Amino acid sequence: MAESTNGHYKVIGTRPIRHDGVDKVIGRAKYGADYAFPGMLFGKVLRSPHAHAIIRSINAEKALKLPGVKAVVTSADLPEAEDKTEQVGEAALNPRHLSMNILARGKALYDGHAVAAVAATSPHIAEEALRLIEVDYEVLPPVMTVEEAMKPGAEILLPNLRNKEEGDNPTNVAQHLQFKRGDLEAGFRAADFIVEREFHTAMVHQGYIEPHNAVGIWNADGQGTIYCSTQGPFEVRSLSAQVLGVPVGKIKVVPAEIGGGFGGKTTIYLEPLSLLLSRHTGRPVKLVMTRSEVLRASGPTSGSTIKIKAGCTRDGRITAAQCWLAYEAGAFPGSPVGAGAMTILAPYAIENLLVDGYDVVVNRPKTAAYRAPGATNAAFAIETVIDELAEKCGIDPLDFRVMNGSKEGTAQLIGPPYRRIGYIETVEAIKNSPHYKSPLTGPNRGRGVATGFWFNAGMQSSAVVNIHSDGTASVVTGSPDIGGSRASMAMITAEVLGLPITDVRPLVTDTDSIGQCDVTGGSRVTFATGTAVYEAAQDAARQLRERAARVWEKKPEDVELRDGMLHAKDASVAPMSIKQLAGRLARTGGPVSGRASVNARGVGPAFAATCVDIEIDPDTGKIQILRCTVAQDAGKAIHPSYVEGQLQGGTAQGLGWALNEEYVYDTEGHLRNTGFLDYRIPTCLDLPMIETIVVEVPNPGHPLGVRGVGEVSIVPPPAAVANAIYRATGIRMTELPMSPPRVLKAILKHGRGQEVQSAAAR
Amino acid sequence: MAVSKNHKKTSAPKKVKVETTINGEATEFLCEPRQSLLEVLRDVLEMTGSKEGCLTGDCGACTVLVDGRPVCSCLMLGVEAQDKNITSVEGLAVGAKLHPLQQKFLEDASLQCGVCTPGFLMSAKALLDKNPNPTEAEVRYALAGNLCRCTGYDKIVHAVLDVAQEGRR
Repeated sequence: MAESTNGHYKVIGTRPIRHDGVDKVIGRAKYGADYAFPGMLFGKVLRSPHAHAIIRSINAEKALKLPGVKAVVTSADLPEAEDKTEQVGEAALNPRHLSMNILARGKALYDGHAVAAVAATSPHIAEEALRLIEVDYEVLPPVMTVEEAMKPGAEILLPNLRNKEEGDNPTNVAQHLQFKRGDLEAGFRAADFIVEREFHTAMVHQGYIEPHNAVGIWNADGQGTIYCSTQGPFEVRSLSAQVLGVPVGKIKVVPAEIGGGFGGKTTIYLEPLSLLLSRHTGRPVKLVMTRSEVLRASGPTSGSTIKIKAGCTRDGRITAAQCWLAYEAGAFPGSPVGAGAMTILAPYAIENLLVDGYDVVVNRPKTAAYRAPGATNAAFAIETVIDELAEKCGIDPLDFRVMNGSKEGTAQLIGPPYRRIGYIETVEAIKNSPHYKSPLTGPNRGRGVATGFWFNAGMQSSAVVNIHSDGTASVVTGSPDIGGSRASMAMITAEVLGLPITDVRPLVTDTDSIGQCDVTGGSRVTFATGTAVYEAAQDAARQLRERAARVWEKKPEDVELRDGMLHAKDASVAPMSIKQLAGRLARTGGPVSGRASVNARGVGPAFAATCVDIEIDPDTGKIQILRCTVAQDAGKAIHPSYVEGQLQGGTAQGLGWALNEEYVYDTEGHLRNTGFLDYRIPTCLDLPMIETIVVEVPNPGHPLGVRGVGEVSIVPPPAAVANAIYRATGIRMTELPMSPPRVLKAILKHGRGQEVQSAAAR
Repeated sequence: MAVSKNHKKTSAPKKVKVETTINGEATEFLCEPRQSLLEVLRDVLEMTGSKEGCLTGDCGACTVLVDGRPVCSCLMLGVEAQDKNITSVEGLAVGAKLHPLQQKFLEDASLQCGVCTPGFLMSAKALLDKNPNPTEAEVRYALAGNLCRCTGYDKIVHAVLDVAQEGRR
């Protein structure tokens, strides 16, 4: 175990072994699909083979006659939900759309849209039953891209959808949002160089290895329990209650271990179906998606079209920027275009700007969150244009960013100016890295850099810290641990109480056993749940001081807790360890249990900067990543290994997005790459070691300076790779992914051979 | 929509008795011929350490060793386990003593969500059993059939190289 690198901290900043680790390396950890109960049935979902179709009728008679089949449900078994927009936590939600995504009502809106669900005594029988359900479809033309969907006279997906600008006309544009500042025309007039480009990015999936799962148990007393792998057990509870039309208090959600989520497990798919089927059959029902179902029918992130016009003076000052973004929402409104619009210019101080964003429904699965949702698309576009402007000025692209970069006091698009942020420090960390300082030589090679911004999130969290009779402690939260956060919670507790890390046991519990903990997302667990844990541990410490005071017949303010020992400030009695005091709790007032609930404010934004070296094969268009370094402002790294892990994992996903990943639909709207063979996420042969630089500019809004690290590292890689391709070939790539066919096409168009070589020689 | 009152015997295929060795123990089980080894391990034998990520042999989360060779247990039928020697992640540790790979994965923070970890451990064991001194390229080649979405592979590759390094000492 490495020593803590941070002065007065004893535990924070060290690298202890995670408490849940052993169970995970011996195969004992229980993920959602690992749960089994006596009498359990297995569910399967019938999915639409059409991208857009009216459902005339569903006939399940034959399926119900198959021995072993116990129930079939359709949207007719769910209550009609109201078509309105309401706030659930931080997200806007339309209950009708939510329900329609769980089971199609009247219309199937994408290839894979759930139409009916079956429960049977084995998964094989359930699967056979699906083939016996007869659905009469009237197939409609699919609308697959934002361009098609926004065209006048486009086929309409949701007949009741309206937006403010188009009044009472049916539309596929759910929302147009706009941000303005300064005088755009004057800004462009002041520019010596103007770059204008249009970008296209493909729909991509989070690609977690564990498919969605749920086991539902409905009891005769009207209480339901759901065991599932989710980032948000409290969201599963409220959303499932909404869909099923039962009070929130009737449902308990037990979060299983979770095999990746990246935002994709923040909503519901199978969860209400498991309870619905259990209610019909009186038995536990388990549903697990296949990989094909995950890709066809869970929530990927938007493909997008982004147009940028930006100008700067000869000496490198950005004078104006105009951005137009249209994002695929999938079949129901709710793409991350708002976040795309708000993040796109966030790294820069720009006086004159105009940003337009459009949320557009298309016949694709309803998008869900994906690591810094909306920001990666936007950064691919703007960071390529910034690179081009820097080049026109003859300024190093990192220096250009420092010159124009956001810092404390810079105005944000909305809200107050930035508090202390670490953009400049992050860019400079790359500038000063051994990687950026190293030479890159050889033909067909190039180095690119790019940066990214993400808000991070606060929201609600609760925590309890229990002191046990042997002086050890447990820390209980409701935030599912998706990448090592339990270790951080234990470390914060150990730091506050002065206990060794091995004496603190972290737990994630169910929705009945702890106060509200909003979703594990928005990089918020170490920040917000960490704040609750910090305060709960302080609460426990306060109670311990009171008890010691009682034993010593002193006032609580005359006792302090240092390094796990209680001291009388006047040193009149011998210090007492927490362990000694813990044995006397019963006689001093009963157990000590600290608790805290927060709605965390003081969120600290995160920035990342990435440098990649690539080599391009001019004959095939294949790109090999030779070297990659990522710098990110963590505020304060609680467990550096897992902070590095977040930087590396986000970078790898960003590189996959850059190089290979995309949803491929045929002209009829069928998804053609529904497995990991064709939806190709990076393997370890595709990547080098990923070098990390953890920047620590403390967040003034957190007691330990934490910002949260889960997301922003995914943002820069696509633009960094595009900029590297430019250095290698002289070609500006404007489409994602930059897969071999696309790159080869660009090379052939640009004129191969001589020109490629000469560009590389520059 | 409807609940079935049909309690007739199902048309499921007749079960086959299989005799095999799993994690060093002689084991008998009954399975339908259509059940994969993965399904047998998880649903019949209640050994859920091997994970299902894709059922098409692309992700490697279900990797087990069959007579020492790494195999995606989702691509092998349960009945094919007859007379074979199967090792799953549950068989890696000896009692309470972790295998060096398990220990190093913990020390090097090589897992985040952990769902791919059993498969990686099995593929890494197969590699090191055959080649105790692999290069980084050889490690990456041997693990390329296992997908991890959380780590970017960096800390996994390091852990395997570290175990090899310590084995040399």
